[in-house]
Parts: sequence; structure tokens; C-alpha cells
Amino acid sequence: MPLVVEGKRVDGRGLEELRPIKIESGILENADGSAYVEQGRTKILAAVYGPKELHPRHLADPQKALLRCRYHMAPFSTEERRSPAPSRRDIELSKVIRNALEPAIFLEEYPRSTIDLFIEVLQSDGGTRCTGIVAASVALADAGIPMRDLVSACAAGKVDGFIVLDLCYVEDQEGEADMPVAYMPKLGQITLLQMDGLMTREEFDRALNLAIKGCEQIYEVQREALKKRYEAIERLVGGEGT
Amino acid sequence: MPGERMFEQRDLVLPGDLLARGDFKAGDNAYKVGDEIRASRLGLVEYGEDEVSVIALKSCYDPKVGDVVVGKVVDVNINGWDVDIGGPLEAFLNVKDVIGGQPSPDIPLTRIYDIGDVIVAKIVGFHKTSMRPLLTTQGPGLGKVGRGLMIRITPTKIPRVIGKKGSMISMLLKETRCKLILGQNGYIIAIGSKRGEEMIAAALDKIERECHVPGLTDRVQEFIRSLKGGGEKVAAGG
Repeated sequence: MPLVVEGKRVDGRGLEELRPIKIESGILENADGSAYVEQGRTKILAAVYGPKELHPRHLADPQKALLRCRYHMAPFSTEERRSPAPSRRDIELSKVIRNALEPAIFLEEYPRSTIDLFIEVLQSDGGTRCTGIVAASVALADAGIPMRDLVSACAAGKVDGFIVLDLCYVEDQEGEADMPVAYMPKLGQITLLQMDGLMTREEFDRALNLAIKGCEQIYEVQREALKKRYEAIERLVGGEGT
Repeated sequence: MPGERMFEQRDLVLPGDLLARGDFKAGDNAYKVGDEIRASRLGLVEYGEDEVSVIALKSCYDPKVGDVVVGKVVDVNINGWDVDIGGPLEAFLNVKDVIGGQPSPDIPLTRIYDIGDVIVAKIVGFHKTSMRPLLTTQGPGLGKVGRGLMIRITPTKIPRVIGKKGSMISMLLKETRCKLILGQNGYIIAIGSKRGEEMIAAALDKIERECHVPGLTDRVQEFIRSLKGGGEKVAAGG
């Protein structure tokens, strides 16, 4: 089955087009910070607790806080029911996401404590590690955790010989290459770079630049989501008071 | 002015935003790399004479010596209590800082404070190695809290609960006829009638959500009066 027909992809997008993305911050009452992200058919919820006392204490790092990250796919997130127990893949992605976020957080401000991060994939259509990072970073900022920059993430890859942005599940499975990138837009630093598949060096450069462009677009949506919450309240009460 | 400003005073900024360039110092919730000052938390930017800082809209409690805090006893040890004060680390309260002097070995510590007790305490310092805050309950107004309603808000908003020259808190006390104990850590205890305590909780919720919009005290006063006038119609904040 061809994945690209006359410059259009399986879901009707252009080659360098993102899936429609929607972000909301602060939607969980009981977490210190939270975010919900929909990117195409991928839906992810992230929650942050902390910094708080770490138990068991022997895990504590006297130099900095620990970032504990749990990436998890809900049993109903995929077409076939998935076991709710953390799989090998869940554990690996938890580590990958933690490593992508750690450079952005001032962990050294809270020695011996922990920041707990939960990423729950409610519905999956590819690109969950990137969307997970996007949600997590909004949740961290919403929790008031000191950060160097927000982290944005987006994948680029090669499908039917074309370099494309933001792969969905079919493209990831059937395509030639998938390359997730996490990026701090204001600082211009990459915090995650993985690649699955084959690309030439020239294709790699093009894909990387495209992924960074995607990150910058998503970053704007992240910004809006964080600001929107406070501006909405301002508009709501601005009329009656002052 | 020692450098270039990138935002207007009190603009909403996000972590990573470039606030200023030049010879400024990085104040609260800001950091400096080279000559660039950037925000580290979501908040309102504040440009001073030679300092740039951010007033965080949400933040974890950062314990400081001299702060009076409200805490909950979570564990009892041989020589004191572990107290949750909402900060990154649990605080420690030594027996000596409660009764002043060596404790008698036949009085169990649980008789003084037990797990679950809510106490008002003052931070006197930090442990040399673990960096945990150390507390005392010796002093006027400090010690165990018998009854009341405990409410948690973001510690950065405690100044808003007090208001300019205490305008907000005096209004709250007058309108609800409750007593309020404000912990610098964002834990607040309201003591009064059940109705009054509920009104305080609803008002604090409103303060927390709307504190970045001017005219807060008047709005909260109006809100409490509407609660009182509305009888059973208690607006649940959400």
C-alpha cells in the first residue's frame, strides 16, 4: 500500500505538516501540575508531583533531586488490548523520556528529594514518546518546577522515500525510518535524538531540520496552553472587578 | 539602566524566556547564562534597578529561617518528630525545641505530639548534613492546633492572602469572624464556625485562582457577601 500519493499522506496531510495538536494545562486537581495533549489520534495525560520527600531514603542523591518518570500505556490505548503491567518497552521509554527532560530541570535546587512524573497514554497512534515529552514538559512548568526551558518534541522520518514530519502509527510501522527529536527551542539544544531505520546523511540532515521546525511549532502551542489558563481567568473576572 | 529589557513590567513569562540582556543580576526564579537573564518559572516578570526576577504563579515551598509554618506530624522518632511542611524535604522538630531542656525518659513523645497532629512551628535552621529544616514550637502562637480547617494554597500566594498592609486578611477576618493561622509554607488554618471555615476555604480558592488579576480584595469581599446572602447556595470553586 502506498503511503504517499501525490504529496498527500495516509491521513491526508502534506509531507511537512503536523497532525492537529491541542494542549491543556492544569486539568488535574490533585496533582501539583498536569497537562493533556491530543496530537491527531494520540491522546496523553501527564501529571507531576513534587519536589517532595523521597522514599525509600537510600535512593536519595545528596547533590540533586531525583526525577522519577513512569510512561505507561493504558490497556485500552491500542487496537488489541494491552497488558496493564509495565512492559519492557514502557520501562525503556520511561528512561528515554526522563533523560530528555532532565537537562531542562534545575534538579540541583532540591537535593535529596524527588519529582514524580506520570505519563499515561490514553490512546495511541504513534509518536507517543514525543507527545509524552510535550505533555510532561507542560505539566512540569504548570507545577512550578524550575526549568531552563520548556522541552518540545517531534518526530521526522522517511516514508515511501519522502522525508516527512510527525509520523503516525502506520507510517512508523511501514516507513523506512523514524527519528524522534526533543528540543529546547529557546536555548536551541537537543535533548533527545533517536533513529529507527535507514537514512542517508543528507536525508538525516533534512529530517533533523524538519523535526526541529516541528518542535518549534509545537512549542508555540505549549506556550499558549500555559498562558491561556491565566489569561482566561483574567478575562473572566476582568469584567466585574477593577 | 544596565541593559536591554525584553518584556514589559509584569508580563506573563514562561521558563526559558529571555527577560533581559546585559549587566543585570538574576533574582528569584531567573537564571543567568553569559549576559542573558532567563526565566526559570512561569510567572510575572519584575524589572528592578539592577535585578530581574519573576514572581512565580505556582511554586513549591522554599523553607527560610524565621518562617512560621503550619505542618503535620508524620513520624515520631527517639528524639523528635518528622513534620510535613510541604517543602521538598520533611522538617525535623527536636524535643529540646519543644519543652526546652532534656526530656524526661518516662514521658513518651507521642503524648506531646502524635502522628497526625497539626502544629504551628518556626524554622530555626537547617540540619548540617541532610539540609532538612529544623523547627521549634517554643514561642508565642506556636504549638499544637486543637481544631479548625486546614487548607493548602501555593506558598507564593501567601502575600496575596495578607494583602497590602493586611487589607485582605483583615477583610476576611471581619467578614467571616474566623481566626486564621497563615503558614509561610502555604498551609492555612481557619478556626471559627463551620460556615465561616467553609467561606474561608472558598475565598482562598478564589484568591489562588485570580491573584494575578488586579482588584482582588474587592472581588473576594463581594464573593463572601454573596455566599452569606445566598444562604445554602455555596458556590463550589472549580
